[in-house]
Amino acid sequence: MTPTKERTIAPPVRGGVGTSARRQDSVPKVKGEFAYSSDLWAEGMLWGATVRSPHPRAAIRSLDITDALTVSGVHAVLTHEDVPGRKLFGMEIVDQPVLAWDEIRYEGEPVALVAADHPENARRAADRLRVDYEELPPLVDPERAVEPDAPQLHASGNLIRHARIRCGDPAVTADVVIEGTYETAMQDQAFLGPESGLAVPAEDGGIDLYVATQWLHVDLEQLAASLGLPQDKVRITLAGVGGAFGAREDLSMQIHCCMLALYTGRPVKMMYSREESFFGHVHRHPARMHYEHGATREGELVYVKARIVLDGGAYASSSTAVCANATAFACGPYEVPNVQVDALAVYTNNPPCGAMRGFGAVQACFAYESQMDKLADALGMDPVELRMKNAMSTGSAMPTGQIVEGPAPVAELLRRVKEMSLPPAGHDAPLDLRSLPGGVSNTTHGEGIRRGVGYAIGFKNIAFSEGSDDFATARVRLFAAGGEPQVEVHSAAAEVGQGVGVVQIQVARTELGVERVTLLPADTTVGSAGSSSASRQTWMTGGAVKSACEAVRARLLERAAGELGGSPSDFSMEGGKIVSQTNGIEVSIADLLGRDSIEETREYRHRKTYPMDPETGQGDAHVAFAFAAHRAIVDVDTELGLVRVVELATAQDVGKAINPLSVEGQIEGGSAQGLGLALMEEIQVSNGRIRNPSFTDYLIPTVLDMPPMKIDVLELGDPEAPYGVKGVGEAPTISSTPAVIAALRDATGRALERAPVRPEDVVGLTEREVR
Amino acid sequence: MEVLQPTSWGEALAAKEEHPGAVPLAGGTDLLVELNFDRRRPETIIDLTRVAELNEWSHVNGGVRLGAGVDYTRVIAELASELPGLAIASRTVGSPQIRNRGTVGGNLGTSSPAGDALPPLVASGARIELAATSGTRVVPVEEFCIAPKRNVLAPDELIAAIHMPVATGPQQFSKIGTRNAMVIAVASFALTLDPPARSVGTGIGSAGPVPLRATEAERFLEGVLDEEGLWDSRGQLSEGAVARFGQLASEASRPIDDVRGSAAYRRHSLGVMAGRTLAWAWDEYRGTL
Repeated sequence: MTPTKERTIAPPVRGGVGTSARRQDSVPKVKGEFAYSSDLWAEGMLWGATVRSPHPRAAIRSLDITDALTVSGVHAVLTHEDVPGRKLFGMEIVDQPVLAWDEIRYEGEPVALVAADHPENARRAADRLRVDYEELPPLVDPERAVEPDAPQLHASGNLIRHARIRCGDPAVTADVVIEGTYETAMQDQAFLGPESGLAVPAEDGGIDLYVATQWLHVDLEQLAASLGLPQDKVRITLAGVGGAFGAREDLSMQIHCCMLALYTGRPVKMMYSREESFFGHVHRHPARMHYEHGATREGELVYVKARIVLDGGAYASSSTAVCANATAFACGPYEVPNVQVDALAVYTNNPPCGAMRGFGAVQACFAYESQMDKLADALGMDPVELRMKNAMSTGSAMPTGQIVEGPAPVAELLRRVKEMSLPPAGHDAPLDLRSLPGGVSNTTHGEGIRRGVGYAIGFKNIAFSEGSDDFATARVRLFAAGGEPQVEVHSAAAEVGQGVGVVQIQVARTELGVERVTLLPADTTVGSAGSSSASRQTWMTGGAVKSACEAVRARLLERAAGELGGSPSDFSMEGGKIVSQTNGIEVSIADLLGRDSIEETREYRHRKTYPMDPETGQGDAHVAFAFAAHRAIVDVDTELGLVRVVELATAQDVGKAINPLSVEGQIEGGSAQGLGLALMEEIQVSNGRIRNPSFTDYLIPTVLDMPPMKIDVLELGDPEAPYGVKGVGEAPTISSTPAVIAALRDATGRALERAPVRPEDVVGLTEREVR
Repeated sequence: MEVLQPTSWGEALAAKEEHPGAVPLAGGTDLLVELNFDRRRPETIIDLTRVAELNEWSHVNGGVRLGAGVDYTRVIAELASELPGLAIASRTVGSPQIRNRGTVGGNLGTSSPAGDALPPLVASGARIELAATSGTRVVPVEEFCIAPKRNVLAPDELIAAIHMPVATGPQQFSKIGTRNAMVIAVASFALTLDPPARSVGTGIGSAGPVPLRATEAERFLEGVLDEEGLWDSRGQLSEGAVARFGQLASEASRPIDDVRGSAAYRRHSLGVMAGRTLAWAWDEYRGTL
């Protein structure tokens, strides 16, 4: 027993912070019993379908629903005229029609809705809707979009944002100068559970929506506006989410489904097919990036100049924030005294782009890390040594002027991945095709294979930046049942598979010393938790649960003092008991509470941030940063261009691993998603049209593509954050792409300036051609 | 949509005669995807999975008669020594679940130039047994596919079986995909060496409107092997001959640019695959492997 009167965390409770506690949803998921949003069902429900434009750009001359209404089983065919409230939606910029009325801006844009008694009838009716389109030539080149004579796709023009950094001397020169132009393709989040939900009209004229989403309250605001309902008449409950990765931040079927339910007075379910899903959510911005790096002969960075063009597609989505990130992180985690960055996000008639894991930092990292390798080559230096020489650290100034506070172990992470043991060269006998490039397709028995090693490091902001009022809410209730204390935790944090559910449970266990913690379904009857994005939920909702627990504990101790005498500070909570530090008297929580419960709701806010100056980019825009480094080892079949990643090694500072197993899962998954962008993941868009909207042709890595990982987790503890946590989800996605491609360059000697690298590029059939 | 479920081959043929527009269903790995994607709504489907006769293979006239409904998993498990090329190709098909469902007959029925089973059939001179209530005919596999997703099946016909000679020498298959498993062929190549007949067979997949033979490559290699007496001596094949074989195989392709790869890459990769599969097969023939 501690003699101090300071608050201490109760003795370890099983499954608390720092343990790999089992997730609340893991067993049903593994057994196939977990109810995803696509499994929702209600008595008497109808099925909704969306009519989408086949053209990337067109004027709508007329819409005729007469035929569609004659299809048997059809209950409603709705168009823009039926949108009860605001006809546009959007998270940051309200620019996207709920249903298009005059102009089509991308292929697959929703034009009308159908509700029918069977999904097949809904689709048949959708086919019968007659839309007279006047096709227009699509504007698909983002560089062309910002030329003054380009057709204007929105009243505001085609430029969504132009962010700049002006830091240091723009005219400075350097001993060694290298330039490069790089591209990253449009990546899909490729979550496995397509967009789906169930809307149920309520007796009060409102609506209850059960949906797979990332941020219940931002959905709520947009839904209420477009449905013309007060916010208290719109209630959203999170349904089982099959992955998100940013793609569920924007609305997809939410307003549509509610419109159909309100119109028909029946529950309506909508569920996209995989193909429709490719048209139904935003993707990662394709980027074209021109860079110039100047350095001294000794390898000190003198300046970086960068121009980054992000194709935002037809609507803004989160383009402004993606653009800000690409700008702020354009130079990488390095000290650079002179920086000129121009980053543009523009409208085109390509598919809309928005949030995806890594959010602007991914694109920039591919470019700046490619440049660092190129610079190392020009200097005759080891690429890791060059990075370590220029590494930022705590106290460094970003090109935005922001001083990096908190741990910034850039050199340390690089040193760690560099020092990890290398896997043995060569191949096992007997020959195992699965360990070779091409895998079981039997393309090589060892011929043409060269090994390459590549390194990269990346970083990114945690939580929302640039002055946004970023907060999370949690409600915690302590009560006794059957003589045992129990805790109920309620928040609107979206469990999207990342594990924020068990994090909340673990925090409550640790803070209250109570093992039996129940997590209530996430819904809008509690305040906003903010989005499950920006690597922020463990920090933010974890912080909210922690502070609600602290408030509950304070009241419990007050109650103990009231009943037993003394002051609250005389008591501490230990193993389900309240113990007096002065006289050792104990009372069980259950006895102390009796039939009462103690409930507290708290909002957690991180420290304030500020916008980047529009002319200079200067400003303390970010809360904190996450860092990760990767080493990739590849075997490349240099004659066929096929690749086997032999190993990915990574070191990442996670601040504090609340759930170490979940942390590893995030690191492996994020690294795999980055590997996918390096080697295969690309939504191929040609003249505004998606050519591969299926998992047959949009390839994501299989177990034979993703190698075993070596993972080194550092827990350096951010003093700003609850328990010192840092977000873990995004950082691994950022540096794995450039590391893999650096390894490919090492093996082949080719420039490889575009991600993903295709076999054609590896064998030199597309040399010098950045498409 | 009507689904017929015949339980015998006779019933199946009668159903097809009665419903000439009906689409036969075997493993469903192509058809069900098309239904799910709303690409196709046939009025009638004939589910052949209950027709036991289709799921059998047997030795007929010194060759193998492979029932059209035999799945890839069984080809791998049961026919690796008789039909090694087809077995290697079967291992590259999809995932275990797909290999449990998908059939060689279904691959023929779909007649995609990317069908993994087709190049080995071409390389080994397979003949396809087509049946109707009125009778049976046999067509060479090269005459079976006539265009992408089109074949010579008459409206009242079903694919009964595939006839293939038992391997008399090494066979190989190689396939390019842009990931290391579960991928549709960007290009593929099959090779059959038939030492008793002193003949070479080839099959090219996914690089033309139909599976192709590299006839000139075959003749070239047969010439080299004959002239240098290599069938008997089992001597080393020159690097030049291997390279020339690859080049001729590449030139036999008629690829297009599409979402899976460029024509130039398809041509290039076919040359590499042809050279490598020849080297593996010849090494095997020489007994060095």
